[in-house]
This record gives sequence, C-alpha cells and structure tokens, in this order.
Amino acid sequence: MSNNKHWQSFGELNNSEAFQKAAKDEFHEDLPFVADDKTFLEAVAPRRDFLKYLGFSTAAAALAASCEIPVKKAIPFANKPEDIVPGVANYYATTYVQDGDTVSIVAKVRDGRPIKIEGNDLSPVTKGGTSARVQASVLDLYDNARLRFPTIDNKEVTLEAVDKSLAQALSGLGGAPVVILTSTINSPTTLEVINQFIAKYPGSRHVQYDAVSYSGILQANEASYGKRAIPSYRFDNAQVIVSIGADFLGTWLSPVEFSKQYAKGKRINEKNPSMSKHIHFETVPSLTGSNADDRYLHRPSETGAVAVALLNAINGQGASAIGDAKLKAGIEKAAKELSTNKGASLVVCGSNDVNVQIVVNTINEALQSGGKTIDWSVTANYRQGIDSDLAKLVDDMNAGSIGALLVHSANPAYTWYNADKFKSGLKNVKTSVCFNVRKDETAQLCKYVIPDHHFLESWGDAEPKSGYYSLIQPTINPLFKTRQWQDSLLKWSGSSSDYLGYVKSYWVTKLGSEVAWDKALQDGVINPASEPLPTAASFNGASNDGAVSAIASLKKGGNYELVLYQKIAIGAGQGATNPWLQEMPDPITKATWDNYLVISPKLAKTLVDIDLNNAGQSDSYEVHPDKKVVTVTANGKSVSLPVLIIPGTQENTVGIAIGYGRAKEVGRTSDGAGKNVFPFAGMNGNTVSFSVPDVTLTLTDETYKVAITQTHATYDTPQGNRTEVMKELTLAHYKKDPSEVRDEREEELKPWGGLENFEKQGTIYPYFDKPGIHWGMSVDLNTCTGCGACVVACNAENNVSVVGKGEVARFHEMHWIRIDRYYSGDLDNPKVVFQPLMCQHCDNAPCENVCPVAATNHSSEGLNQMTYNRCIGTRYCANNCPYKVRRFNWADYTGADSFPDNQDQTTVGKLDDVVHVMNEDLSRMVLNPDVTVRSRGVIEKCSFCVQRLQEGKLKAKKASRPLKTGADDEWDLKVACQQACPSDAIVFGNINDSKSAIVKNRVDNHFREFYSIEQVHTLPNVSYLAKVRNTYDEPAKAEG
Amino acid sequence: MLSNVKKNLKGVVFCQIPVILLSAHGNIFPQLHNSIVNMIHLKGIMGKLTILAAFSFLMFFSNQSFSQDGKALFQANCASCHAINKQLTGPALAGVEDRWSNKANLYAWIKNNQAFLKTGDKYANDLYNQYNKTAMNLFTNLEDKDIDAILTYIKSVPATPAPTPNDPNKVGQPATDSDSTLLFGILTLVLAIVAFVLLQVNANLKKLADDKEGVPSIEPVPVWRNKLYIMFATLVLFTIGGYYTVMGAIGLGRSQNYEPTQPIFYSHKVHAGINQISCLYCHGGAQESKHANIPSVNVCMNCHLAINEYKGDPLYTAEGGEVNGTNEIKKLYKYAGYEEGKSWDATKAKPIEWTKVHNLPDHVYFNHSQHIMVGKVQCQTCHGEITKMDEVKQFAELSMGWCINCHRESKVQFADNGFYSIYEKYHEDIKNGTMDSVTVENIGGTECQKCHY
Repeated sequence: MSNNKHWQSFGELNNSEAFQKAAKDEFHEDLPFVADDKTFLEAVAPRRDFLKYLGFSTAAAALAASCEIPVKKAIPFANKPEDIVPGVANYYATTYVQDGDTVSIVAKVRDGRPIKIEGNDLSPVTKGGTSARVQASVLDLYDNARLRFPTIDNKEVTLEAVDKSLAQALSGLGGAPVVILTSTINSPTTLEVINQFIAKYPGSRHVQYDAVSYSGILQANEASYGKRAIPSYRFDNAQVIVSIGADFLGTWLSPVEFSKQYAKGKRINEKNPSMSKHIHFETVPSLTGSNADDRYLHRPSETGAVAVALLNAINGQGASAIGDAKLKAGIEKAAKELSTNKGASLVVCGSNDVNVQIVVNTINEALQSGGKTIDWSVTANYRQGIDSDLAKLVDDMNAGSIGALLVHSANPAYTWYNADKFKSGLKNVKTSVCFNVRKDETAQLCKYVIPDHHFLESWGDAEPKSGYYSLIQPTINPLFKTRQWQDSLLKWSGSSSDYLGYVKSYWVTKLGSEVAWDKALQDGVINPASEPLPTAASFNGASNDGAVSAIASLKKGGNYELVLYQKIAIGAGQGATNPWLQEMPDPITKATWDNYLVISPKLAKTLVDIDLNNAGQSDSYEVHPDKKVVTVTANGKSVSLPVLIIPGTQENTVGIAIGYGRAKEVGRTSDGAGKNVFPFAGMNGNTVSFSVPDVTLTLTDETYKVAITQTHATYDTPQGNRTEVMKELTLAHYKKDPSEVRDEREEELKPWGGLENFEKQGTIYPYFDKPGIHWGMSVDLNTCTGCGACVVACNAENNVSVVGKGEVARFHEMHWIRIDRYYSGDLDNPKVVFQPLMCQHCDNAPCENVCPVAATNHSSEGLNQMTYNRCIGTRYCANNCPYKVRRFNWADYTGADSFPDNQDQTTVGKLDDVVHVMNEDLSRMVLNPDVTVRSRGVIEKCSFCVQRLQEGKLKAKKASRPLKTGADDEWDLKVACQQACPSDAIVFGNINDSKSAIVKNRVDNHFREFYSIEQVHTLPNVSYLAKVRNTYDEPAKAEG
Repeated sequence: MLSNVKKNLKGVVFCQIPVILLSAHGNIFPQLHNSIVNMIHLKGIMGKLTILAAFSFLMFFSNQSFSQDGKALFQANCASCHAINKQLTGPALAGVEDRWSNKANLYAWIKNNQAFLKTGDKYANDLYNQYNKTAMNLFTNLEDKDIDAILTYIKSVPATPAPTPNDPNKVGQPATDSDSTLLFGILTLVLAIVAFVLLQVNANLKKLADDKEGVPSIEPVPVWRNKLYIMFATLVLFTIGGYYTVMGAIGLGRSQNYEPTQPIFYSHKVHAGINQISCLYCHGGAQESKHANIPSVNVCMNCHLAINEYKGDPLYTAEGGEVNGTNEIKKLYKYAGYEEGKSWDATKAKPIEWTKVHNLPDHVYFNHSQHIMVGKVQCQTCHGEITKMDEVKQFAELSMGWCINCHRESKVQFADNGFYSIYEKYHEDIKNGTMDSVTVENIGGTECQKCHY
C-alpha cells in the first residue's frame, strides 16, 4: 500500500481550521429558529413565533385534511394501440445524434413518454455505453426553450405558408448558389436527400462545419495516407497509449467507444497482473489526463514541439529540443515505452494543427500502429467538417455571392471564431433558412426558421463508422409544430416521397426485404456480417519534413498562454441548455453552472496572491464561493472570469471552457451561465486553433460566486475520515505483493476476529440472517474514469431534482451519486483518482439507529430503505452518515408540496429560475412515474434503484425462475449507474447467488477488494476495487 | 388493417381480443426492441386465429385462477358466448344434452365444430345457419371429462334464476345477519337505569332509616351536582367522543364504500356476474402491468356492436332509480361514434371519462400483475363481490394496515414458483418441519421499500 496521502481539498491538504469545522458539521448553516448568541426569547424567532407556527400548521393540517377529497378521473384510450399497456414501459432502439456524435441507444417509453435513455448492447461500436450528454438528451426533448412552430421574420406561420414563400424565394435567386451548412452528417439517406436537393439547384453545395473541428486530422491524413478520413482507433489493442492533449475519454471524437476500449486495458487480472500504460501530455487538466498513469505538462504553443520531440526520441535522436527537464524526461520515457511495444502502441493528439497531426501520423507509422491500433478498414465518420470550407463560405457570403443559406444543427454565429464576420455575411444572403431546434444565435438571424424534430421524434439513420449503421425511429409523436428538416428538403426539391418513405425504401432495397428492415429497426443497428480485420493504409511520409519545419517556425508562447477547452458535460455549447448537465459537477474542477479561468497553484501566488500551502489563504479561497475575477485580454478581445486554482495546470497556461455565455433566447437554463470565449479562437493557417499563445491577465477588484461541490461532504473523525475511503497502489507494488490491500484490512480488523469474523464480532448488535436475495455493488476504481454518465443517469432514473447554482453554492445539491475526486502527491502535478460514492447500503447502518421515526431502516435484502412519507426531516441520519450521501430537501424543488408557498424562499434565499423551469408541465414529462417525487423537508438518497430491483424480481417471478443478475451474462435488472457506465466499472447483483456477476467480480478480485471506512463496522454493501496505477513515480525498487 | 377489423366484426365479434388493431399506425409505430419487451405478439396471431387466440388467452389465465370444476370450466370457456337459460351469441345451453342425438357428436362438436360441420350433420348445420354462420371457437384442449363436468354444471343450474325484480331496495341491501348489538345495547341501558333507580332507592331508604334513628343526615347532593357522576359522565363522553374523532380522522383520507356515479351506468353484475365475462377480458392490464386498466372503447364495442339492447332484469341505481340498460348502451355508442346499422369507424371514438373509484396515494406503489400472476390473488379479495355490484364501490378500506395484514397472513407460492428456490434456508426449514408455510412477510413483504419508493 502506498503511503501517499489523498486529499480532496486544499483545506484537507493543510488541515486548516475551516476544513476541521466543515468536517464537524454536516449542515453548514444555522437554522432560522436558532439564536446567534442571544437568549432564546431574544432570538429572531422566539417561543411565541414557534407557537404561532405550531398553531398554524395544526390548523392548516386540519383544514387540508377536512377538505373534500377531489374526484379523480380515469380516462382509458378510445382505441388502445396494440403495443401499449399503460404502466408497462416499451423500449425502442434508436440513435442519439448530436452534431456528428452518434451513439446507439434504447429509449424507455412509459405511457407514451420517453423518460430514459439506455445504451444499445447490440452496437459493436459503443457496446451499450453512454455518456452524460447522451443520458441527458431525453430532457432536451421536453425543453421549454424549443421552438414550437415555423416562423418567417419571427412571425408564426404554417408549414404550408413557409413552403410557399420559400419556393418563391428559391426560384427567385437568379442562379445564385444555395448552400446547405450543417454540422457533420453521417446519415447515408440524409446525404442522398441533400444531394437530391443540390441537384435541383445547380451550383449549390453542402458545407459541413464542426464547432470543434477535426480538420487538422482529416487534412493530415489526406497528406499522409491520401484519405481525408479518420481511422478507427483501437485503444483496446494498445499496450502503451500516449496522448498529446487528446481528451479521448471525455470529449475527443468518440469518448463512449474509447472508454469501453480503454477499460479493457485497465481491467486487471489478479492471477496475471498486467495493464496498459497511458502517458498523457497536456496543458490544463482534462478527464483523460487525470486518468493517465503518468502525466506531463507543457505549454499550448509547445504541442507541436512535443510531438516532434517524441518522434525524434523514437527515432533515437532524443528530445533535446525541449527545455523543461520534467517534460523532456517524460517524452524520453514515453518514447522508450512506445518503441519497446511497437505494434501495440498508439499515439493520439488533440491538436487541430495539420502539421502536428502529420508528425503524429509519422510517429504512429514508426510504431507500426497501422493495422493494429489504428484501423483503416473502418473509418470513423463522427467529424468531417473542414474549417477552410466555412471560411470560404463566410467570404462568399460577405461578397454577396450566396443566394440562400440553409443551416441545420450548426451555430456559426456563436461557435465560429469570427462570428461577427459570419453575421455580417448573413445579412448579404437573400434567403436564410434555419432548421435549428431552438432560437440560438444563428436562428435569430435567419429569416425562415423551421425547427427540426428532436431525435426522439425523428426517423433516420446514421453511419458512425463505415459499414456500421444505426437507425433512428421516433419514440413519441412530435410535441410541437416542427418538421424533420429532411422532409423540408425533399419537399423543396420536388420529391413526392416523405423522408420516412425515403429511409424505408432505401433500407428495404439495401437489406433485401421489409422483414429485414423491421428486424433492423427492432435491433437499431445494422452491422457488417463479420468484423473486418484491422488494416493499415499506405503511408506517404513526404509531408513530414515540411510539417516539422512548419512547427519549428510557429510563434513561441508569451508570458501567459490561453487554452480553450471543452467540458465533458457542456461540449461546445450543446449541453448548455440542459439543467442536468449544467448541474453535473465538472469531473476535475467540481464546479457547476459556470465557466471560469483555470490557473495553476504557482500562478495563483503571483496573480491573485493565494498561497495554497498557507492554511489561512487556502481557506479563504476555498471556503467562500466568491472567487477573484481576472480579466483575460488577447488580440483586442477581453473577458473577465472568476479564477479557479486547479492543481495540474501548466504554470504559464490558463484555461477557459467554451460553450458558455449563450444568448438569452437560447433558453432560461443557459441564460447567465458563464461567458462566451469562442471569439478568442483564431485561424491558424487552414484550421481553427483553440489556443492563444499570448494573453495578458489583470486582476480586478471584483469577485464572482462559483458553485463548487469540492468541499461538500467532508468527514473527519477519530474513527475514520474521508481519505480512508480511497485505496490506491502502483502496478509494481501490486505485482510484488498482490495481497497488500487485503493484508492491510486483515491487520486492521484483527482485534475483532479478522475479516472472517468481523461482521459478527465487531459489534454489540445481533447478527441478522440474509435469506433469499442480498444486493451488492462493486465499483472498479481502475476502470472508472469519472466521466459522470452515472450521475446524469441517476438524475433521470430517480427524479433527482435540479436545485440551481444558488442552492449548490449552499451545499444543497441533491445528487444521489457523486464522483469524489482525490489528489495525491505533487501539488503542481498531482495524481488524480475518481471514486463514485453513493449510499453504501450498510448492513449496520449508522443512519438507521438515529432516526426517531424509523423512516430509514433495513430490508431483508440488504437495502437501506428511505421512506419519504415517514420522514420528519430531523436530518440526524445525514449527520450520522460517514459517507455523507444523504440529501435533504431544503426547499420544495419539485413543486410536490400541497402548499405552493413552499417554493417561495424569500426568508432564506430565492430559488434559481431553473428550479421553476424543471417544474413546468413540459419538463415534468421526463419524470419516472415509478419513483416518488420528493417534497420539502425529507431526506433522500440512493435506493439502489429499488424500482428496477422490484421490476426485475417480478419479471423472474412471473417466469417462475431464479433471478438472473449476470449469471451467464443474463440480466433481469441493471441499476441505472451500472447501465450507463461506458467502462463497465460498476457491477451490481445478488451476492447470495454464487453465479452472479457481482460474486464473480468479488471473488476474482479479492485482493483488491475493499470497503470504505470498513473499520467502523458499517458493513457496506458497496465494495470497491483498489486503484492500481502503472506509473513511474514510485521508486522502481519495488520490483527488484 | 381496418378491413381486417371489419371482417372480424361481421363474423364473431364477441371474443375478439381487447386490442382491435387500428393500425393504420402499422408503419408509424416503431418496432419494439426485442431484448427487453416481453409482450405477447398479437399481431401475428391476428392474421388467422384471432378468435381462437382470444379464447385460449382467456382460458389460459382463467385456468390458473379457478379450480377445475364444471362451473369454472363453463365460465372460462363458454360464458362469453353462452348463458344457460338465455340466448346470447350462442344458444342457451339448458337442456343441450337432450337436443343432441348422441353424446359423441356433442363432444366432437364442442371440440372442433368446424370439422364436425364438414361431416354434414344436419342438426349441427342447421344450428350453424340459425346463428348466421357465426363460428364457434375450437376447444381441442377440452377432454371428455371436462365437457362432462360442464354439462353436469349446466344441468345443476335451475331453469329460471330468480332475482326479485320488484323490490328495488333489495339490490345492494346487505344481508341481514343476526346482529344482536342493538339488543345488547338496549339491555345494557335498561340495566343501567335499573341500577340507577336502585341506587336512588337505596339512598332514600338509608336517609329514612337515618332519620328514624335520629342520625343527622347530610343533605344529599343532587345527581347533577354530584362530582362522582359528573366525572363519570365526562369520562364516558370523552372516551366515546375521542373514539369517534380518531376514527373519523383516520377515515378522512380513505373512502371505503365510495360509489361515484359514472358517465355510463356500467353494471359489473350484468357483465361479470350474470354473463360471467372473465375479469381479465376487459382488465387485461392486470396480468402485465401495475394498472389493471379500464378497457378502451374498442373493447366495449367488441361485444356491443352485436349487443345493442339490454333485455335482462331491471337495473337500479344505488338510490333506487330505475336504469334503462338499452339507453346506457346508446351512451356507449355516442362515445364510440357509432350509428346503428352502419359500419363502425373506430377512429371516431372518444374516450370515456370514468370516475376513478380506487385511489391510492402517490407514494404507494401497487402492482396488479404481482398479485394476480405471482401471488395468485383473486380479484375479489380486494375488490369484493364485484360480480354482485352494479356500479362499482370501493370494497376494502385500502389502508396500509389492511395491506400489511394481508401480507402477514398470505402465503406465497413458495413451492410452485421457481423464483423462491433462492430461499434455501426456508426450503430446508419446511423440509425439517420447523416452518409450515412462507408468508409474504417472511420474504420481506412488509418492509417499507416494497411499496414506497
């Protein structure tokens, strides 16, 4: 066991006063009834007030109870559709499509409403994985800010009127070209529809544009391999993975697919321990960098130099060009690892610079990755936009040579680096049409707005990777007067068929029969008969020398450099309108609802005068949500944002997330959240660059509140503390002494009879039998990447309320599962471990003993039950919970109370608007009818998705057979977090069934298994598998 | 698909499965995802064997729920088209044995009437033509002894069932059990008065005796000022008042015996009682879903396309007003958008807004299929004698104590259901004799989160 001390917050690192105070109090604020230091009668709310409240509530209760019971209606269908049984969910295979991102999913439809998204296991690409954004997409369907009808010049019109007016407009263009501007489209039928339209209007063209583009890779591959395409990366075949700023587990290309592959290399076999090695070079900490075994920092302007140095080092020339000693050593180590694993190594790079990507191609060629870890037999179609195409279009628009512009699912007025030029160009376009689903920055400027359906209302198909298709089918009738944009195109190109007919006939022809089409729709995916073997592409290294010299001549970075990055939840702004995604804490910064300036602890000392090693200063920074505001200026543009000090940031680099600062009209959710930094991006030759080599930073006098969950849920007592929840060791250690974790547990529990007898001997409480089913969960910290898909899945499944920024800042977030982020080691570049923490369902639960009304108690199946209608809100349970996983409904977040006044928080602070957004009838359609919507004043927490457990048991009972939880990979039930996890880190099942997946998981990994704060005899039903890191940082003597 | 519906409607309309396929949606409604949904795929069956499927479907579930006697078999198999003393879709079955020349023919006819028709039997063919060539379902799964049981049952039913139509109050009047509470109450009261009088007499006598002996007596305190009496009376009043207050308060949120007036006077007694239609024919959701589900208009119209008038015994509302059954059917037609004599366009139907009788609080999870399919609980256990109710009223109090009590007492299908094989300890205990049966409580059925989540 390594002795590195984990810490969650700077206060914990310094053991500061504020940390100790926070650890002592579960609830960080005084009750309104309690006096400050006066006597009881002088208090703000003295005895008389108490009696008044008492009297009022008694009277109110009597009144409420004696009112007549309302007459309820039961209205059956007039004609019940064949497939629908009210109360039984149907599942439809469809596809999540968002700006090129494509994930095969299954939508759960309850009584006609899609309420939950699940991964489609039949897809060989994503293998049933999802991401936070996929999970949250169902809420977008019920977004109040969606456009509800077509408009011309902002006036509502009918579809017929639009068609008529547009037909006139298009015929009156006088030969000026029509341009269809979209984000990446990988739907074969849509591309055909577009081509059909283009053929009707000669001279027209289709421009694909991605907000965060991969032009660099596409063009580099054209130079190196003669193909403007992105190959399939096979992280599962790689023993050594080196990433230069590619956040492939979070935001790069296809994170769900890559997480599945990456987890394969990280899953450790106890009998023959080996792991892939992942070395990461980056500027500001990303999710992928945090998961890396070793991580090195460089300036954004050095990205090319790092790639070139790596190439040189692989070729045996050393990394002499790099000045920074640590970085240089890192590159050399990486080169050594890569060279010794030729054919089983992979280098990826997140840069959008063609030259850098050409060098990376050369590296991969030198490592013989082609046909092994890079597969050219199947290409990835997620991103196809070429930045220079849009640049040319914008020029053409400004020149007035574009007759009509049709925009779908692209928002250049917001995401293009030179949005002003796009906007001015749009004014010169005679006919502008927008199909975007909301009134975003581009839609506001277009004359015709014909909103598209949400993907859950649409027909369609997608080809995420060549030869792999995924079909889209509607799961609900369109909610509004919207129309699929393909239907519009077909209509305008004079086709008699609608898009459904088009898709159907396309696939019936291709598959051979209608039966095959039905089957494909049912499965949701169409796969090649056999998986094609990975092949290499012929490499042409001619462009490499030019690329290397171009990189050498790049502008050197100034004093401070700025890098614009994507947050995993928000992306390039796609998630900004989604309350679940806004409230999901960023895996690294743990901040919600805002973007901010990420700076290093070293820069904090000089820039904002905060020394994190000084307990007083770190406290004043960390305890108050008010953060100092710094103005960033570059190229004549400036933005003022609060500063967050994030260890692991390069000291001369600052980072800001894109996707924030949306226009007011985009929606009430995103209104006021963060600031837009797209204008800082620039054109670097042919491609857009998201880094600025020279910025000036100026400290202002202002402060700004940022809601960070970092220090929430702190716990520290003589019996145990938060850091003991975590166990981490290095691969070298683990190989030498695999049973270290287990031995340590055995040693600790020795006074109570050791591991074997601890349950019975470690307590004065009686032992209870566990007949039938006993639920258990295991979380593998080795494969958990901290991506947050589980958090959003839990929100959707369990009706977890959104509380808004103001409430998060007051420690009132309601998430049932949180992902704790632990640092260890060097403050400037620490190791990071993520640990999902939900209710541990302790068999000897401290919360149960202290409830005065037995609202929380234990079930014979091992569930720590929470009964809302019995809870009176004493919060003793939350106080007594060592894991801090219980959540209190401080306000009526859901509108579930009988008294509407409960949402009026004037006495203790106002609820954010988003709470009311989530309470609207449309948003509430997303609620899961099988889970109670909690009202004010009750505690809630993870229930192990008890509604799913009951449903799964019922399924088995009806079939008169034992419950299946993973025996032979058959599942009657999966809990929401387990199902959402893209790296299968969570296993759940019946621990009384020796064949279940959970038992197998625990037996196979019994050396790494541990329970958090086990020594206090809580007997949790959630076990963790210790994190093993394949790092250099520990002295190598462990092996010798 | 619509033509399919029409075709079926011309023939036997009675037994069509609750889901008329109005699938103009055929290609609009997406396909179900196979791996998760375990729906019965009705569409395939529809093509050829709609009617048979419907019947075997009903039978399948009914057979599980009822014991295998003649009455049950009759109800499960015959009752939707035949009554014993009344002509429904098929002829009245009283005396059926006498009408057939020999029993072997009758067996053959019942098992497979279509095959038997082809033998050219005159009586059978006449019968077939008499009923407009309405095909009877096939009952190939009935054995001779089953048919015998049914025939025995038919014979056992008296020729004219006699509910007294003249006394409207009779409907819904509770059976007069020998209730002696009142008698005891009066007796107690009389005894109390006697005791009181005797006490007064005793006091007066004592006073007289004292006067005689010259003992100075204390002026007696009148009853209304006697503290002992006052205290006693207060206590009694408080106890009685408290009892009624508490019971009243508990009853506030409950609505036992709630019997709202419905938009259509739908009599369960006529449908499920007299005509013995299986509950699951209309409330099919009870097998699959948490909701039993109120049937949609098209399910009503399955039968009522043919049955357009009510000829049974007079119907009365709870208040005693007479109901014209035929008019109620006309109300249904109005909702269905059906004009008699014309073909019915199901898309014109409008849903009927029934008043919900059984209301559980939102924080309670109740699943019908769990109780019906797994627990094998009869509908009547919770809904009372629904076959005797005209408009439905809430039979049980639907309180938590009522639920819990049943969970404590009911035995689970421990030996029969393979699911419970994981309870190894209980199986062993049963083998050892330390346990004789497993109740719902034993497997955790009284824990909070079995119903509240």
